[in-house]
Formats: sequence, C-alpha cells, structure tokens
Amino acid sequence: MNAHLQQLLNYTRREFFQRAGMGVGGAALTSLLATDLLAKTPAGTNPLAARKSHFTPKAKNVIFLHMVGAPSHLDLYDAKPKLQELDGQLVPDKLWKGLRLAFIREQPKLMGSPFAFKQQGEAGLPISELMPHLGSVSDELCLIHSLKTDHFNHAPAQLFFQTGFSRFGRPSLGSWVNYGLGSENSNLPGFVVLITGNVAGAGNSLWGSGFLPSIYQGVEFRSSGDPVLFLSNPKGMTGEDRRRIIDSVNHLNKVQLADVGDPEIATRINQYEMAYRMQSAVPELMDISNEPKHIHEQYGTQPGTASFANNCLLARRLVERGVRFVQLFDQGWDHHGSLVKGLKNKCKQVDQPIAALIRDLKQRGLLDDTLVVWGAEFGRTPMVQGDGKAPGRDHHKDAYTVWMAGGGVKRGFAYGKTDEIGFHVAENPVHVNDFHATLLHLLGMDHERLTFKFQGLDMRVTGVAGNVVPEIIA
Amino acid sequence: MYGSFVPRIMLGAVSVLLAIHLVTPSTCRAAPIPAAKPGRTPQVDFEKSVRPLFAKYCQDCHGPDAREGGLRLTNRKNILLRNDSGEPAIVVGESDLSILIHRVSTQEEKEQMPPADVGERLTKQEIQILKQWIDQGANWPTESEAPKHWAYVPPVKNPAPEIQGSARINNSIDAFVVEKLNWQTSPLTQAAPASPARLLRRVSLDLIGLPPTPEEVLTFEKDPSPAAYEKVVDRLLESPRYGEKWARQWLDLARYADSNGFQADQLREMWLYRDWVINAINQDLPFDQFTIQQIAGDLIPQATLSQKIATGFHRCTTCNVEAGVDPEENRVNQIFDRVNTTGLVWLGTTFECAQCHNHKYDPFSQQDYYQIFAFFNNTPLEVRQVGKSVTFEVTGPKLALPLAPEEIKTKDELNGQRIAVQKQLNARQKELTNAVAEWEETTLALLENSEESATVPDSIQKILRTETEKRTTKQTKSLTQFQQQQDQTYTELKKDLNRIQTELKAFEPDSTLVMVEMPEPRMNNLFKRGDFLSKGAEVTPQTPDALHPLNTKGTPSRLEFAKWLVAKENPLVSRVTVNRWWSQFFGQGIVATQEDFGSQGDAPTHPELLDWLAVEFMEHNWSMKHILKTIVLSATYQQSAKVTPELLETDPYNKLYTRGPRLRLSAESIRDNALAISGLLSTKMGGPPVYPPQPEGLWRHVGRNAPKYLTSTSEDRYRRGVYVIWRRSAPYPSFTNFDAPDRGACVINRSRTNTPLQALTLLNDPAYVEIGIGLAKRLATKDMEAGLSDRERIAYAFRLCVAREPKAVEVDYLTKVFQQELKYFQEHPQAAQKLIAVDHRPEGVGASRMAAWLYVANILLNLDETITKG
Repeated sequence: MNAHLQQLLNYTRREFFQRAGMGVGGAALTSLLATDLLAKTPAGTNPLAARKSHFTPKAKNVIFLHMVGAPSHLDLYDAKPKLQELDGQLVPDKLWKGLRLAFIREQPKLMGSPFAFKQQGEAGLPISELMPHLGSVSDELCLIHSLKTDHFNHAPAQLFFQTGFSRFGRPSLGSWVNYGLGSENSNLPGFVVLITGNVAGAGNSLWGSGFLPSIYQGVEFRSSGDPVLFLSNPKGMTGEDRRRIIDSVNHLNKVQLADVGDPEIATRINQYEMAYRMQSAVPELMDISNEPKHIHEQYGTQPGTASFANNCLLARRLVERGVRFVQLFDQGWDHHGSLVKGLKNKCKQVDQPIAALIRDLKQRGLLDDTLVVWGAEFGRTPMVQGDGKAPGRDHHKDAYTVWMAGGGVKRGFAYGKTDEIGFHVAENPVHVNDFHATLLHLLGMDHERLTFKFQGLDMRVTGVAGNVVPEIIA
Repeated sequence: MYGSFVPRIMLGAVSVLLAIHLVTPSTCRAAPIPAAKPGRTPQVDFEKSVRPLFAKYCQDCHGPDAREGGLRLTNRKNILLRNDSGEPAIVVGESDLSILIHRVSTQEEKEQMPPADVGERLTKQEIQILKQWIDQGANWPTESEAPKHWAYVPPVKNPAPEIQGSARINNSIDAFVVEKLNWQTSPLTQAAPASPARLLRRVSLDLIGLPPTPEEVLTFEKDPSPAAYEKVVDRLLESPRYGEKWARQWLDLARYADSNGFQADQLREMWLYRDWVINAINQDLPFDQFTIQQIAGDLIPQATLSQKIATGFHRCTTCNVEAGVDPEENRVNQIFDRVNTTGLVWLGTTFECAQCHNHKYDPFSQQDYYQIFAFFNNTPLEVRQVGKSVTFEVTGPKLALPLAPEEIKTKDELNGQRIAVQKQLNARQKELTNAVAEWEETTLALLENSEESATVPDSIQKILRTETEKRTTKQTKSLTQFQQQQDQTYTELKKDLNRIQTELKAFEPDSTLVMVEMPEPRMNNLFKRGDFLSKGAEVTPQTPDALHPLNTKGTPSRLEFAKWLVAKENPLVSRVTVNRWWSQFFGQGIVATQEDFGSQGDAPTHPELLDWLAVEFMEHNWSMKHILKTIVLSATYQQSAKVTPELLETDPYNKLYTRGPRLRLSAESIRDNALAISGLLSTKMGGPPVYPPQPEGLWRHVGRNAPKYLTSTSEDRYRRGVYVIWRRSAPYPSFTNFDAPDRGACVINRSRTNTPLQALTLLNDPAYVEIGIGLAKRLATKDMEAGLSDRERIAYAFRLCVAREPKAVEVDYLTKVFQQELKYFQEHPQAAQKLIAVDHRPEGVGASRMAAWLYVANILLNLDETITKG
C-alpha cells in the first residue's frame, strides 16, 4: 500500500467533514469549522472524538433520568402545607377563570398530598416518604422547584423537554452534547439510551439528531434481544467467522481505495473495525453479572432481567467507560387516577436504584464529573382529577420540580419557589430553555455558541431564549 | 414580560424598544431644524435630518445587520411593518400615536429608547425632527434601499459560453462547468469519462435506484456510444422503477408516513397519496401541475379523484390525538407545519422565524407569515373529542376510493346476505330467550349426570343454581351466552355472519386523507409571539410583497396561491427545484444550502448554470424528466469518479465538478439494490405498506390501540423501500441507521454518515442475512448445467454487485476465500447445516457449498462499492 493510502487510512475521518460539505450540509462543514469549539479539532479527526468545550467544564458526563408521563412534584418534592389545609375546597375562581388544562373541564377541588415529607441529612430538604432512599442522599441534590414548560400534552412536552421544540425535526439534548463534546470511548457510541416500559409518546425523536448529522443520535441499548440492533452475528456464525469476513471486506475495500482513492472508503474500513470492537465491548458492558454482591444489593439489580435498577447500574458502567450522555426513560408516571397506588408503586421501582446510583458514583469519584438529572415533561396540578375513589392529578406546565446532582451543582440546595399551593412559580422561575442553557453551561458549553447552521440560521437547543441559572452552580 | 405592570396596550411596544441600544457616541450630528415659520412647518429632509438620527441611535440593533424586536430601520416598508409587539413603530401622519416617539421621549426606564444602560438619549430637538417627519408623511426615498438579493431576481438564461480546446461539451451544463475550471488560477481539466460499466451502474442507480443486470452491462460495454447511452437513459426514464426511486426524495419533503406521530402514533391510511406521487413522477406530470394539484387539487373546478388524492401532501402533517389534547392547538400547529413546509419546498425559504417575529434576515414579516397562513386556515379540525370522554381521535376529510361496479355488486349481495342472516339470528335468539326456562330445567337435570355435567363449566353451574332474581346482570349475560353456544342453529348462523362480515371487509374502500375547504372561512389573525391564544391584528390571505405579485380580484384562494407558487415570475421555485435534483446526482446543490436561498444561505457555485437549468426547466413545460436527462447526458456527470491526492487538495468537495460523483446510496436504495442483486426483489407496485422483517420489540409504544408489526410473508417482504411501512415513532431500523429521517417534519436533505451501526446492519440484520442467502443461492445455481467454475461464479458475483469486470486480484482473492471456507465447511458439515436451513439448500448444492457462498455473498454485500454509486 502506498503512502497516500496509508495516510488516508490513518486520518480517515477528515472524510466526514468532506462529505458533510456535500450532504446536510455545507451546513455541517461551515458550522463545525466556524465554531471555535470545533476549530480546535485538528482536521482529520474522528467526528466523535472528544473535543474541548468552550470553557472549563464542571461536568463531563450526563445521566439524564426522564420519568415518562410526568410524576407529581407536589407528592414527591414540593411540600405544600397550605394545600393540605385547602384539601377538598374548590379551586379559587380567580385561578380557575380562563385556565386551560388537558383533562379537567369543571371547576375542580384542591388536593393536598396524601404523603408525608421527611427531612434527612444536613440540609434537611423535605422529600416525600415515597422516596426514603433518595431522601438519604438529599444532601447531594440540587432541587429546582420552579421549572416551567410551554406544553401540557405529553408528546409535545416531551419533545420540548428533550429537544427544546414541541414539534418534530430538532436534535435532542444528548445529540447536541455529543456533537459539541464527542465521546471519550471509541468502542461505544457517545449517546446511549436505556428504556424501561413502553417507549415515550414522541418515540425515537426524543433521542434523534434532527438536523445534526445522524452520527450524533442516541443509540438504544436494549434489555432484551440484541442490546444494540444487529450487534450479534447470524445464527451459526462465530466471532472468528465474523473476523474473517470483516478482514475480507476490508481487504477488498483497500483494493478499491487504491483504485479510486475516495477517502470515504478508508472511513468505511475503520467503521467496520469499530463495529467489530463494539461486538465485544457492548456485551461486556451489558453484562452486570460480574458486579459484586454489595452493588447488586445496593441497586436492587437482578442480572438478566429488564428493570430500571439495571439501567441505573448500566448508566454508571457507561459513564465509567467515557460515554458522554446516558439517557434513561422510565414509563408509567401519568397518574390521572389512583395516584396513591400508582405513585407508590413507581417510586418503589426507582427510589432505591437512583439513590444507589448517586452513592455509587460518589464512592467511585465519578459524581464530581457526572451530572445526574431527574425530570419529566411537566408536573401535576394541585387540583384533583377524577372521582373520590381513585383521585389523581392533571398535567401541569406552569411549575414543577426537577433536580440535578453532582457535576458542579450546589449540594443540598433548593432553588425557586412555587406559590402556597404549588401552582405558579412564586420566585426565580426557570424555563425549560434556561434549564437547557444551564445544563450545557455545566458541561462547559455556551448555549449561544453551540450552534449548527441550518436553514440559514445558527440553530441552538435554546432557540432564541435561555439564560444560565448561576445560582445553582457550585 | 412576566408579571409586568405595564398597561396591556403598551406591552408589545415595550418588548420592542427595550431592545434598542445606543450606538457609541459619534461625531455625526443631525442638521439643525430650520427655523419655524408661522403657519407652515418646513419639510424635513430625510437624508439630511432623519437618517443620521437612525444611524446614530438605532442602527446597531435595528439596522441592516440586526432586527431586534422585529424592527429594522432600513426602508419605509420596514418601519411601517408590525414588529414583534404586533404594532408598527410609527403611524404615518400621527406622531402622537407613534410608539417610536413615545419610546424615545419617555422617562420610564423600562420603556425608554435607547435603553438607559446603553447611552445617550435623543435631544428634544432631535425628537422634534422625528415628530415632524412622521407628521409630514414619513417620506423615505427609495433610491437609498439596498439592491435585491440574487434569489429574488428572476433567473435569466444566458447563452452558454464558447469553450475552446478539447474539453467534452455535451450540452450547456458542461460549458458552464468547464468555463469555471478554466478560470481557476491554475486551470483545471475534466476527468476522463467513466468506464461504460461504471457509468451504466451510476445512471441506473441514479434514475431508477436499481443496478443494471450483468447482461445489460455486457450489451452496453459492446456499444457505449453516446446514442446507445441516450437510449439507455430513455429506457430508464420510461421504467416504472423511475417513479419509485424519485418519489422517495419527494416523500421526505412531504413528510409522508403511515402513522400520525406523537403519543399513540397510530397508523393512518395514506398510501394512495404515496402511489399518486409515484405515478405523477412516472408520467412526468409537469411540475407546475404537480404543485397545483398537491397544494389545492381539491379546489380545481370539477377536480378529479386523482387531483383530490394529490392534496394528501399537506395531510401528511403529524396529528396529535393523545388524551387531553387541544384540537385547536393541534390544528394551528398543523398549519404552521404546512406554511413552513411550503416555504422550504417551493421557495427555499425558512418562514418559521416569522411565526413569532419579522424575519431577521430575509424580507418576510410576521404579517407575511400569517397572510400565507390564511390560505391554509380553512380546512376542518383534524382532532375530535369522543363524546365527553378524554379520548380524542383523528377526524378530518378522508377520501374513499369508489369501488368498481362488480365490486359494488358483490358487496351489495354480501350485505343482503348479512341482513338476512342477522334476521334469522335475531329470530333464533328470541326463540332461545322464550325457551330459557325450559332450557335451564333441562340443563339442571343434566347436571345430575356427572359425565354430562362436565360439559357445563363450573361458573355456569353456579349461576344455574342461583335463583333467577338473585343473579347479577353479568351472570345473566354469561348464562345467555352459554345457552346460545349450546344451540347448534344459533352457532351456525353466527359463524355464517362472521364469515360474511370478514368477506365484506375486503370491500371496504381504500381511503386517504385529503384537503377540503370549509364553506365558511375562518377569521384570520396574526398570533403574537406565535401563540395561538394571543390573537393579534386581522390579516387576509396574501402573498409576500418581496416576491412577485398575486394578481387577483377579491380574496385569493388556496388554488390561486398554488398557481402563484408556480408562476413563471416566481424567481425561486424553478431554481430551488432543479437545485434539489442536481444534489441527488452530485451530492450537493449548486446552492449548497438547499433549504435556504435567503441572504444567510450559500451563494450558488455556478449561478449562470443554476439559472440556465431553471429557465430550461420552465421552457420545457416544467418537465422533470427533461432536466434529469439533460444532467445525465452531460459530460460533467459522466466523468470518472477517481480521486487523486491533488484533486483532494484543489477541489476537496468536488464543488468544481473536477470528477464524477461518488456517493453512498440512500437507505432505501441500499436495500433495493441488495434485493435486486440477490434476485429477491419484487417489482409489485402500489397498495398498502409492507412489513419486511425487523427485530422483535421495536413497536412498543405508549398509547391505546397500539398497532402490531405483522411481518410480511409473501413477496411483500421483498418489495422496494418506498413501500415499507413508515411509523414515525419507530421507523424501519436499518433505514434509520442509514440516515433516513423520522418523517415527523419536512426534510430537504438527508445527512450521509458513515458509522459502525451501518456496518452492523449490513453484516447482521436478519433481513440482510436473508438477502445474502438469496445471493448465495443465485451464485451457487448459476448456469448449473453449463458447469461454471467457482472462479467464473465469483466474477459473475462482482458483475451483479458492482457491474464492472473485477480485477484479477479481486477474483483471485475471493476465490481463495471461497475455497478456504468450503474446505472448512466440508470438514465441519454440522457448522454448515447450522448456518443454512434445509429449505435454503437448492437441489444439487450441499449445505457446505451454500455456506461458503453465503460467506462470499456477505462479503460482497458489505463492500463499500456495493453500497456506493460511483
């Protein structure tokens, strides 16, 4: 093989930029290279290679826990004694007049939380009795009680929460981060998605790459079947067979490369090599049976089953291996009725593993670099929905709670306040755009500079809005 | 503005003017106001007195480079536009009512302009000048306006340049391209022509999305003359496969899918529209008609069925029917999507910004946006609440295809039968009811006999033993059901009825979603900040001022809008369209930002060529086939795709067309191509979507009535990608891995990535393994009686996969691989049997040979060259 070809095989990914210049864009090329963030990337490096952020980051990785369906902030984090007092009373006229809700059509009554709140730790943040384990690590949490979104239907609100836009077509937060920072692991994708239960309403678009090159989209690691689609060899074909076939493919591709000289071929050769490495790296990652007993006890994991607990443990294993953005979706939090039973049941599934994840990350020294985010597409109303037997709460967009932990946020801290019934933000509102801006900031990126040229505009995850919330940053 | 105390009427104005900043103090001074003469105010000179004020105080935020709050002081039209507040900055002749005057004179810190923290304010004198200027009519001479952006000036067809020398000039495309090559500081030359085999493969994949057969390649290699090539091109353009290939790109634009999107993402019946697109492209329906029918086919007088189906274009929009949705909000979002898509597809313009505020860069105001919105605002709601429940369902106009006369006849007969059987069934039911007491007695008596009693379930026995009055409704019902089940006459009638009903289902007419205009038009308003709940000023349907006029009497309709889109005066539509096709051949548009021809988009690399193609397109009756043929007949297209290190240096992105295109195929084409190579491809056209194999568990989705993925077993399994079911929340996974979008929104240009997941897909996707087996069979059984050698079979395999004759080293290598594998499998027959199921072993070919061929097939289907057009 001559020197030129060898050079191509070495630098290969430069091709990515070249093709980008033809495909989605001229767009890709101009903005990738125009952004100072990426201008630092030497030409010819992997588009997924780790890149420097705009400024020194507080966090390197993100584990984002999205509770699909939207749990009640009023029963988990935002204690409202006054609401308790007003339990059973009609919502005041002045609040009701002109109010649009997703389901409730007639002037409803208020419903106090049927659950008690407990204060644990030094900071003494009140956390619902439904989350005793989480309460025990509450000193690590940074609660934001004043999140606001624009949408009160699931799918649009999920899209808004994950892509900053309520309709289809925009890149997800994880793909923005992947695009901005690349991955630290060359055998695994930079953005991995783990799902328990059904897929959320807005579907794969929640981890799609929108107008960004699709190399940045999330890759679902599944708990049954192939962990990554098409990872395992066809029945009857061994790993050795696969190696020989890839060798043959690559050999013939090299012949072709020598003939036509297109660097795309060199890239392809490297991708086949990476595919082969993934075939062993992914199963190794997914196999949690080698974790010690105390870890399994801590998380409540059972190897070989599909559970939120297993996904939490996998999340730790992923960030440990340098995967940039790990997104967990857990379905089943839409409690229009039977709130007591439903919420109890769901909390039981997630409380212990989430607390274990935080402890485990901390114990390994990973929590400083890893931002754990817990949230949902919206909150729930202080008003009751449904008959007296199995009351629930409706969707609520004007105020709800999310929390972060690790990765440069204040510990044992609560930010923002809702009014006395938890309906409106009373103090320090944080819009979803602000939340995104802050999250990127923690990763060392300026949300106004993390842009991609599309349709003649420098597109951002925050659209034309978003302000970093400095108060929550440690 | 949350929680602001500012009176509502001023709210908007505040938001605009808050954004005005002061420029750094400059030496520029406004001319003094001439001394007032009693009874007559002197005329203010705009250039001398007003412009300097704008330049000094306002320009940084409201000038050519910025449009804070939607206000831009660059010409008279812009200053009169409603800005983001929904109000214009000035009211001509009424300085007292002009917000601009209020904002520059107010002492209220939150409202003042320029903002307090920015700097100096206007003097009283200066404010007086502005007031006078407004009161005198706000005169702003047009001479000082900036020249029009190139894309808004209609294209002109300049004669192609004369080219001296030996360059191959097949048509004007080459002249324009070669001229630019000659102009380079160190002039460049065309690449050599591609070899006949490569060229034939390239043009086949480009025009019909399928490879040539080895026989076609051999024929063309014997006579690769220009005349023979043109014949091939004509044949390809006439092939029904052509429409299937080119529909794919259009369906991305149309965001065509077989599901609604959002929460439940239930399936919708829409494929008649997909078939319409394929047929229209196959028939080369002139693009102006193609447009008019899709935008407003329903409004064409005496619209045909086909013209109505065409309007499915804008019914492809997603629709949210999740519980608790607001149908009006959903409707407004759908129209936003329709307006934005129309802007992208026909005008290469991003209207979206103007949803909330005047476009920051391009000459489209928020008012323009809602005036276009108004054209689309008269279709019915598409979401309906089911009774008073919290359940919602898709509604809106649906077109059912009429049945053929014989179908109607059969259906009527079946319906007659159904009614007759139903009557008998009712009668029998009545008889049973009347005889219930007697039956109960008999049955109870039976229970005495232990053997007989075994036929009566315990639950029924229990009910029987309960007194009639004490039975619950549920129990009574179960008992009645049991009684009916026991009655032979009843069960047979019921069976009959079921059969008839199943048969009737086959006569359900096919249907598709279409546009229908409501008799009473809706009121049209601007939505402040794009929020459908805050209605602003009223608007009427109208096209943007910046583009060619829409000449009409009275209120124009959606049909007139459609005709306006494809009027010859439209400077954008033909350029945008030919540019998009060009990109399919060369991987990039002449304008690289295909979705944006505005001031922020890229300039054309070959402006005269773009205009030449655009005018050529219109002059040839908007014929797509004519333009595609012109492109593939050019020498530019027919160049070899070889890349040298020098070329990578001088023309890295092939923007000068120094070589032929070499590009990875699209997701669907990769699969179609592999199916064709393996001999499995079915060319059956049209009809409901098909379900090729995909891994289990991908369709697990929140929501009621979740559809199931029922893998096709017939030839549907092997049909072209354009027919594969497209569920937005979970599109076909191997397509997604090769950059197919989710079709939730209009996609002008797919990305073209190169990833390990693609490698895994081609290596391991069971669908590709099946295709590999197909190819293995084809190779193993080729001309069996002729006794082809393995080497010959391998050479043939190359021809199938990459068309060209393989190099000796390639055949040598693969033959060696084949023999090694064969030897291994012969020594390990069990391994071969594991790999090759019994029904995949053709007669005369053992499992071992098949296994070895499968390896060869797997290798060939994974070659970069196989999935690349080069």
